[in-house]
Amino acid sequence: MSDTIDRVDTPEVIDRLIVRFAGDSGDGMQLTGDRFTTVSASFGNDLSTLPDFPAEIRAPAGTVNGVSSFQVQISDHDITTPGDEPNVLVAMNPAALKADLHRLERGGTLIINTDAFDERNLDKAGYTDSPLDDGTIDGYRVIRVPMTSITKEACAPLGVKPRDAERSKNFFALGLVSFMYSRPTEPTLEWIAEKFGSREQVAAANTAAFTAGLNYAETTEAVGHRYEVRPASLPAGEYTSITGNTALSWGLVAAGQLAKLPVTLGSYPITPASDILHELSKHKNFGVRTVQAEDEIAAVGVALGAAFAGHLGVTTTSGPGVALKSETISLAVSIELPLLVIDIQRGGPSTGLPTKTEASDLNLAIYGRHGEAPLPVVAAYSPADCFDAAIEAARIALKYRTPVILLSDGYLANGSEPWCLPDVDGLPDISVPFTAAPNDVDDDGQPVFHPYLRDPDTLARPWAIPGTPGLMHRVGGLEKADITGNVNYTPENHAKMGDLRAAKIAGIAADYDPVEITGDTDASVCVVGWGSTWAAIDAAVQRRRRNGHKVAWVHLRHLNPLPNDLGDVLQRFDQVIVPELNRGQLCNILRANYLIDAQPVSKVAGLPFTTREIEDAIEEATP
Amino acid sequence: MTDTGVTLTTKKDWTSDQEVRWCPGCGDYGILQAVQQLMPDLGVAPENTVFISGIGCSSRFPYYMNTYGMHSIHGRAPAIATGVATARPDLDVWVITGDGDGLSIGGNHLIHALRRNVNLTILMFNNRIYGLTKGQYSPTSAVGKVTKSTPFGSIDPPFNPLSVALGAEASFVARTHDLDRQHMMDIFHQAHDHRGAAFVEIYQNCNVFNDGQFNNITKRDARDEMMINLVHGEPITFGADGRRGVIMGSDGTLQLVDVADVGLERILVHDRHVDSPALAFALARLNDDDASPTPFGVFRQVQRAEYTSEVDAQVVAASQRYGAPDLADLLRSNGTWTVTPGAESGG
Repeated sequence: MSDTIDRVDTPEVIDRLIVRFAGDSGDGMQLTGDRFTTVSASFGNDLSTLPDFPAEIRAPAGTVNGVSSFQVQISDHDITTPGDEPNVLVAMNPAALKADLHRLERGGTLIINTDAFDERNLDKAGYTDSPLDDGTIDGYRVIRVPMTSITKEACAPLGVKPRDAERSKNFFALGLVSFMYSRPTEPTLEWIAEKFGSREQVAAANTAAFTAGLNYAETTEAVGHRYEVRPASLPAGEYTSITGNTALSWGLVAAGQLAKLPVTLGSYPITPASDILHELSKHKNFGVRTVQAEDEIAAVGVALGAAFAGHLGVTTTSGPGVALKSETISLAVSIELPLLVIDIQRGGPSTGLPTKTEASDLNLAIYGRHGEAPLPVVAAYSPADCFDAAIEAARIALKYRTPVILLSDGYLANGSEPWCLPDVDGLPDISVPFTAAPNDVDDDGQPVFHPYLRDPDTLARPWAIPGTPGLMHRVGGLEKADITGNVNYTPENHAKMGDLRAAKIAGIAADYDPVEITGDTDASVCVVGWGSTWAAIDAAVQRRRRNGHKVAWVHLRHLNPLPNDLGDVLQRFDQVIVPELNRGQLCNILRANYLIDAQPVSKVAGLPFTTREIEDAIEEATP
Repeated sequence: MTDTGVTLTTKKDWTSDQEVRWCPGCGDYGILQAVQQLMPDLGVAPENTVFISGIGCSSRFPYYMNTYGMHSIHGRAPAIATGVATARPDLDVWVITGDGDGLSIGGNHLIHALRRNVNLTILMFNNRIYGLTKGQYSPTSAVGKVTKSTPFGSIDPPFNPLSVALGAEASFVARTHDLDRQHMMDIFHQAHDHRGAAFVEIYQNCNVFNDGQFNNITKRDARDEMMINLVHGEPITFGADGRRGVIMGSDGTLQLVDVADVGLERILVHDRHVDSPALAFALARLNDDDASPTPFGVFRQVQRAEYTSEVDAQVVAASQRYGAPDLADLLRSNGTWTVTPGAESGG
């Protein structure tokens, strides 16, 4: 960025921009970031976002713990990450500066709300001297703006109380940044009118603040140069901006439609999964029933009961909830009914970091049950991919009559990206028939229904639902006899049923496409990833290859069972590295399954990988 | 699916081919007989009936009914049954539970099923002991109870199951016992016909680990003095020829009196439909001293919004308001923009 202050009408074109809005939890930074994102998305930029906020609803105001940030990268080309280092940091108070200044690139643009830098706020943030004067912010392009007082002035003619006017200062910041980076303004003005239409004063204040921010940027020399990020040349199609939790919710609605089944969701509020409960609760006209249960155990119980009754049963939660649901998931393994368990992972153990991302529930998903209780595990890799992942998880659950755990995480849940809408007519038919008539004959040759007489290809048992005459049967957690489903404790039968349950799950891999290798098949290093690390790995692999290095990459949709050809594929490479937001859970599985010397690349910090971290790991592994 | 109109069945149609495996002499046999014998009277079809149980001796029950059924997880039957009933309000869903299953490990699910008023018929077999795990005290065992896990006597005050149910806003609350098949059938019939969550406590004898727990109440020779038969609209009397009765004292507590001493007009008249649960609550606790007679019958039956109907009504209302589901419309609902071939952007 240029230091020269010259007013030009034509903005300078840059290929990408990373902005981080940081302020107090009460400052509306998530809303500000979300507006900037939505406008940029509809302008045609590619983008990726990283909301980063505290677990407390209102952490002590003005403290570093209470800082809420929203980082967004917009570009004129295909990108997958919210970027490593912001080019622009908007700091609404001293705490935000303290929390996020180290992230800003050297020489980056720092926009400061100087009104907030009074003694009290400096003290709360832990500054003894003002960082505005002591050299802390040397080396950055600093734009000092008294945002609070200008906002109050702009709102004064409207009769808005100063205290209420002050709350609109985030719209001032949005206006300022919108002008500096040539964002369309009409959509935000329209959005304010629509969103706050019923509260006239709030709408007027926000409009005044936003406009004041635009005007300030246009007329003040301090702001300097204007920049523009041109639209990306995305593939043709109709796009929407989508978060992972919305995509996942819509994927579940779609799965119900594609399966021709009503969806029943049992859920208990938990961060960061609650938004799925909220979203699905809106779509009752799709036949979606939602039960906000008394606890996590009841939530999965409701879903399993609905599955027994012939619905697509779903429960949504995060790691602590999966632990509570474990016993019921084991029952679902035993009674072999379709069930979707969705884990939006967050930092653990225990309550851990509820609003921060992590991918440390993989072992829990694959192994976290009593007894030998195998089940399929599917992972989403990007916000928009949560839609497809939900449909895939439902497909497997229905076809094989098994509980499936679908893993997403806090980063995917709240992050957003442009999504090229699929042709809904092209989505797969995942419906399975209910059993409607006896499927066997008894010793006397009379027709009879045997609930554990399996499909010879899939090993799935028949799904006969209440209301079907002649097929009344009982299921339960006690070991069942093969074929009849009667209670049976014999050693031979228990061994056989264990084998059948394992073989059924293992057989699911027959549905997969061959493992796809991105990049150079003749590279010496192969990166194996799963889940939301996709974005950083994608960016790192692209950058390595642009710089002339060979690298291969395999990203797994299915974590259990693993693809049948994965072992053969990985044996071809000298080095296999496995970046994970955990302490090497998939890596250990690969080592155990394939006897390869896969090496973990671990990060357990409540944050996604940066591109640089993955790039460095690849470089280190390259001979 | 069959129409849920009157269906002609016999007891045999409701009896599965599985061998019943409770201990010989267990009170559960009598309860099973009562339910199987009652089912043809209900005019419903076995295929439209679902029995969900938790874990415990009583929870083997579904295996013996020729209906759809699930022997589920300790304590979780009300939650799973809520899922069945919510998905399929057309079904008759029964929950079989015990004092440990329903009031200890599953207490949370029980109270919330009652609070929501899910259309379930909940039969709680209360034998005041853990039978399946061979004799530990349960949440309904009396203080001082000596069991394997309380060799010096239990120090846990027990739950009164009907108090819990009434406190949880249950819309139908009743008590019966395993020695009177006709009474059980009558109560189960009423519980089944109630729209909403119906809770029935059944005094059930565990002849192996807690034999004779209710003998001083339910044995034929004790019944006259120790059982009160609650009849809606009738004075609450007991004893030979209704000699004794229940009145409310000036301090608001229930008192047992000789009818002749106070006159029949002072005896409380049972009203199971009254809005306030106060009298039902007091009656439910009448025998908490273990010396007073125990009321049986329907303590409370009120009509209030039933959960699965409400869920269904919202689905129907949403369909009317928003029309037929259109997935393509849903995906566009947050606003879209179009990128045209060859162009860098749309609008």
